[in-house]
Amino acid sequence: MDEVRLILKAGLKNIPVEAETIRSDIFTGKSHEEIEALPLYQGNREVPLCELFEVRGERASRIRLSGDLSHIKKIGWGMKEGRIIIQGNVGMHLGADMRGGEILVEGDASDWLGGEMKGGLIRVKGNVGNFAGAAYPGSTRGMRNGIIIIEGNAGNQAGERMRRGLMVVTGESSDFTGSNMIAGTILIFGKAGRGTGVSMKRGTIVCFKDGGELFPTFRYNCTCSPLFLKIYLKRLKNYGINIKKEYLSGAYRRYNGDITELGKGEILLYERV
Amino acid sequence: MLINGVEIEDTFAEAFQMTGARFLITARNEKWALEAARKVTGFATSVIGCGCEAGIEEVVKEDETPDGRPGVNVLLFTMGPKGMEKQLLDRVGQCIMTCPTTACFNNLESEEKLKIGGKLRYFGDGFQISKLLEGKRLWRIPVMEGEFLVEESFGIKQAIGGGNFLILGENSEITLKATEQAVEAMEKVRGTIMPFPGGIVRSGSKTSSRYKFLKASTNTAFCPTIKRLVESQILEEVNSVLEIVIDGLSEEAIREAMRAGIEAACIPGIIRISAGNYGGALGQYHFHLHKLA
Repeated sequence: MDEVRLILKAGLKNIPVEAETIRSDIFTGKSHEEIEALPLYQGNREVPLCELFEVRGERASRIRLSGDLSHIKKIGWGMKEGRIIIQGNVGMHLGADMRGGEILVEGDASDWLGGEMKGGLIRVKGNVGNFAGAAYPGSTRGMRNGIIIIEGNAGNQAGERMRRGLMVVTGESSDFTGSNMIAGTILIFGKAGRGTGVSMKRGTIVCFKDGGELFPTFRYNCTCSPLFLKIYLKRLKNYGINIKKEYLSGAYRRYNGDITELGKGEILLYERV
Repeated sequence: MLINGVEIEDTFAEAFQMTGARFLITARNEKWALEAARKVTGFATSVIGCGCEAGIEEVVKEDETPDGRPGVNVLLFTMGPKGMEKQLLDRVGQCIMTCPTTACFNNLESEEKLKIGGKLRYFGDGFQISKLLEGKRLWRIPVMEGEFLVEESFGIKQAIGGGNFLILGENSEITLKATEQAVEAMEKVRGTIMPFPGGIVRSGSKTSSRYKFLKASTNTAFCPTIKRLVESQILEEVNSVLEIVIDGLSEEAIREAMRAGIEAACIPGIIRISAGNYGGALGQYHFHLHKLA
């Protein structure tokens, strides 16, 4: 078997579980027994992985989890390589501080998806909670590299204090997306909420549908067709994301801000073909 | 040895180690990509006189470029990495950045890299923007037209310059025709360029001169108009000689180009195919014509 399967056991209490040890790079090379013995925290109690999951397979760099994992947190935390596939919904902090590899979620993900991630790819087929790719309280920088693709809607403050990397939201993005952004790129294909890019210093936010209500601290510069965006959109096609032809050739209204900060951030609003 | 009745002389071309780079120019259409490519490869025939040797390698279709626009691959060769950095900075800055709608990308994967876009970015006067996607950094430099997009680093590698062969013919018309056919065949070989006008040199040189202030002078041994006045290497019936110089990213690419060129040049009216060398004392690479053929 080229993957390890973790099947959430039925009838478990809905107590939050911290599962930092569910990482492909930790599983690689481990025997079935060693995987079963990996520690998890259920509430304030340390439990072996096999108490919550049925384990199938061993010594593989791919992990497939199934069941309702909404209360399982920190899966893939700090992961460096390998692949995790989650068949269902998943809890908070998925892929936070991740350095490499890939996580695919076939359902929804909760808050702090890819918080302060530093590399790799996280892809969520459903919706995502608040603070995706954001900085944790007390930290100066959010996501520092890598790619987050959200194929549903994103909650508030996605990409907050983002420093580098790419975040793609194919659905709607709620309020204050990219707030305090330092650099990096956020592409929003659905409607954006209020205060997009508020207090951003640098970085790029592209709104393909509706930029929402931009703060008056953003200044309109010109209408243009940025070449770099074509490169990004062309790359996204390789991830199987449907990119409308008009987005490649269309014009965008370029706003710079937030002028209460450095003012070198940009918001591009798709305008026309 | 004969090919189609043309004598292939038992000699060799002597070539030298150089540093090579490949970059891709894209533009709104092929016209502007070629315009920039022609400018950036201008005055780049001989490293001695021009500081570098450069040429258009191939036209690239829009579905093969990073930005989905038509492009042109350019190869540039210098004697070392230091000269390469200067040439790339000067030429990309002056000939590509200035050309409407263009962008410039590295197109040579190599461990050894030179910061080119990473230095040209300062033209943006603090308003340049960096974009890092999947490990590649691009710089967006604001210009009057909009933005110039250039990749941060360009790969360089050890390459070869000075591969050559000479086509000796009955008259200038047939010699030019044979040489043009050779160039056309050689242009199909990836990883090589022929840096001289139309890929052809009519004024080959030797590395000496009777004048103290000159390092090189006309290749008297192959000049038909003075063959009775010097120690000539051309036969009685030869009245015109043309040369093709080849630079390449690998020895194999040069070998393949020379093979294709020599075969194409062997047409009626061509007397002999020869090659230029310095007795094997200077160049690290020797391309023996008989082994090629």
